[in-house]
Amino acid sequence: MVATFRRARKGGVVATFGADEARVFRHVLLEMVELLGPDDTVEEDPLAAAVGIGTSTTTPDDPALARLFPDGYTDDADASADFRRYTEPGLRAAKREALQTALATLEEPGERVALTAEQAEAWLRALNDTRLVLGERLGVTETLEEVVAQLEDDDPRLGLFWVYDRLTYLQESLVQALWTGP
Amino acid sequence: MSVAPVEIEQSDTDSVVVPDKPWVTIVWNDPVNLMSYVAFVFQKHFGYPREKATRLMTDVHEKGKAVVSSGTREEMERDVEAMHGYGLWATMQHDE
Repeated sequence: MVATFRRARKGGVVATFGADEARVFRHVLLEMVELLGPDDTVEEDPLAAAVGIGTSTTTPDDPALARLFPDGYTDDADASADFRRYTEPGLRAAKREALQTALATLEEPGERVALTAEQAEAWLRALNDTRLVLGERLGVTETLEEVVAQLEDDDPRLGLFWVYDRLTYLQESLVQALWTGP
Repeated sequence: MSVAPVEIEQSDTDSVVVPDKPWVTIVWNDPVNLMSYVAFVFQKHFGYPREKATRLMTDVHEKGKAVVSSGTREEMERDVEAMHGYGLWATMQHDE
């Protein structure tokens, strides 16, 4: 079975996850939390950390993290460094929080998961960030089918492509369920 | 030999107050973000009607990028930060 979100009659959205599916998603979401790192990296400047200013000014080396926290300016490395100092700690905390919200609502596999609008938005962000990281790791391109077709049967990435595909399906259903505006 | 009269350049740069505008926020195409999600984010964050949000998303997808908002530098920093929060690949620059 493939989980999808639907709009709930009373507001919010609902989905039903199979036990195996929930296990796999939980595993991937936990890996995302780990990738984002501990709740705020102990900064050398505690005052700066207290007001949400980081000391990191360079693009992360890990391409997946670089995708989650891109440079803020098109052609200005200095301004991008400043922008990063002021925004990255807050963005990192918000992304971590969205993942935690998704994990917390996945606790009972097989059960119907009902989300408030706020929880649904956290799910939306968590799903997107997770797909960005998987996409980076898997080298996803616009022609995903061609990439998959070229993999050998015993390629370890096949399983991850399956997860990526499921998450894509789930996210698409969530966007459609949430998009009610004119 | 004649000496041409010296032209005095009139400077008008001090007489006009140039506001710190326009800066622009650009969203770039990437192979992962769903088209529906990108349009949804444009509508949600900027409050654009569905039609405009969808047109901007199509520009991102087909032309590789689109200017999604303009304003002061501070406003654009908020927009870029919000786009990064949604996982969209956005940068800001001074409009040319």
